[in-house]
Amino acid sequence: MNHDSYPDDYIRGILNGVKSIAMVGASPINVRPSYFAFKYLLQRGYDMIPVNPGHVGKSLLGRPFVGSLAAIGRPIDMVEIFRSSAHIMPVVEEALKLSPLPKVIWMQLGGRDDDAAERAEAAGIRVVMNRCPKIEWGRLSSEISWMGVNSRTISSKRAPLPTQGMRLSLNRMSLGGGATTASDRAAKDRNEVS
Amino acid sequence: MNDRVPGFSTLAVHAGAQPDPTTGARATPIYQTTSFVFNDADHAASLFGLQAFGNIYTRIGNPTNAVLEERVAALEGGTAALAVASGHAAQVVVLQQLLAPGDEFVAARKLYGGSINQFNHAFKSFGWNVVWADTDDIASFEAGISPRTKAIFIESIANPGGTITDIEAVAAVAHKAGVPLIVDNTLATPYLIKPIDHGADIVVHSLTKFLGGHGNSLGGLIVDAGTFDWSKGNKYPMLSEPRPEYHGIKIQETFGNFAFAIACRVLGLRDLGPALSPFNAFLILTGIETLPLRMQKHCENAKAISEFLHGHSAVASVNYAGLPGDKYNNLARKYAPRGAGAVFTFSLKGGYQAGVDLVSNLKLFSHLANVGDTRSLVIHPASTTHSQLDDAAKVKAGAGPDIVRLSIGIEDKEDLIADLDQALSG
Ligand SMILES: Cc1ncc(COP(=O)(O)O)c(C=O)c1O
Repeated sequence: MNHDSYPDDYIRGILNGVKSIAMVGASPINVRPSYFAFKYLLQRGYDMIPVNPGHVGKSLLGRPFVGSLAAIGRPIDMVEIFRSSAHIMPVVEEALKLSPLPKVIWMQLGGRDDDAAERAEAAGIRVVMNRCPKIEWGRLSSEISWMGVNSRTISSKRAPLPTQGMRLSLNRMSLGGGATTASDRAAKDRNEVS
Repeated sequence: MNDRVPGFSTLAVHAGAQPDPTTGARATPIYQTTSFVFNDADHAASLFGLQAFGNIYTRIGNPTNAVLEERVAALEGGTAALAVASGHAAQVVVLQQLLAPGDEFVAARKLYGGSINQFNHAFKSFGWNVVWADTDDIASFEAGISPRTKAIFIESIANPGGTITDIEAVAAVAHKAGVPLIVDNTLATPYLIKPIDHGADIVVHSLTKFLGGHGNSLGGLIVDAGTFDWSKGNKYPMLSEPRPEYHGIKIQETFGNFAFAIACRVLGLRDLGPALSPFNAFLILTGIETLPLRMQKHCENAKAISEFLHGHSAVASVNYAGLPGDKYNNLARKYAPRGAGAVFTFSLKGGYQAGVDLVSNLKLFSHLANVGDTRSLVIHPASTTHSQLDDAAKVKAGAGPDIVRLSIGIEDKEDLIADLDQALSG
């Protein structure tokens, strides 16, 4: 997989396919991006599991924190890593010990570790780096268009009746080569991180 | 046909719009409402906290305006856009995100006269200090840079002279200095020039002109190219620092490569208030659907009229970048191969009085202070749009006393030429 630019179909396939998402580094502080993304994905119906050893015993929007991926104790479809590039490898190593393996490892906007990605892909796991699943969900459904964002999709079909005031189909026609270039600013390996 | 790259005309008709989910309405509805109901208290809180995408209040966003925003963002090749009440409002909102009192920006001297005034007077009263550069002398932009410089501002095709700016050369200066390049693309429209392809980080528009195109609605717009890294060196705290207005959110960290457009919306438009009426957004959207057709005709007519004037015995000189031999013809070929726009100036051998006589003799051209209408327009900049400048500054801005400015419409060119001919000999 070329991790500089992803085909929309790749991202769409992941967001349409996964059901459970373990978010490593989820924060209970409600102005942190991880909180935004956690809440948004929970509202879209994903089975969200907050992973953060510092908050075990508490819960996030009704979901109990767990201390590690291993402590989840049931199969999960996707591990979403909300950590800076320098802290990604240990999380990927932990994910690679799970049985069954997760189908997807997703690194948040600003997070990228090409070595870690290579190891996960060698184990058959699909990898996304330096993207935000909330932004990608909003873009592919065109819900993000409410904010004037260029969704790079068009459609002549009547939109499904909105739930929560939004256009909810992910299956729109992608434009511009259908690539997601959410950000190019992530350091490509751990050494680049200041 | 997944992942096909649609052409400009397809995007001009479709981008941002979708049949209405409730009614099936195919044209974009005018959501003429101030406010939008929340689903419940949590939804309201999520929207106010920027945790969800959605509508709250038309000063912050409106679904009709959102279609316009996405459409122009798509046409310009940007990541996101924000529509505001006028071109001038767009400029205020952009600079408010970038400059604190005492900061500076470098601007090209060849600009719309209203922008020169805005920068020299209104912005100085905010403590945003303009440093003027000579549009044709790239070194003068570099010379204007200081540690307090936060941006460079140019017009792609400059009003009033219709001159072409070397966008790539100015972008190189901006990026070397670590500041964004802002390009006012009003007179070119993305049909003729896409500044982002040449290094612009922010594009602003007066939608009032060719994009709306029918002389019926004021509007302005800001496009975020998604190219600038706002986090470096604490230079742009509106984007990189925790915002007290939103309980400590960092805009760039949260919104990635469309953070600038979000900052303009939630820190600029929300607090300064120059919202665009949804009705104006609707009229401008309708205008944009025919932008490619209109721009072709505008440019074809402008070329024919500039050639006619060039050959006329009463005319001293014609400044149209589309004319072979014009000082800006090479730049026009590089940046605007589809046409050099439809706003240009010429000077009359009879000087100031001949200009005044011409304006009063014309029967088809309208004498007014606008450009980019379907109708052909004429004005004498020295006594109107550029009247607040002193004589030397008028000449530098391309608006000397003998200069007449035309904005060529989409009428039949033969009729426009006949009108000019009778007025020049009258
Ligand atoms: C190039 C240019 N920029 C900005 C403006 C200001 O736009 P508005 O009148 O919509 O505020 C104008 C208006 O004449 C213009 O020609």
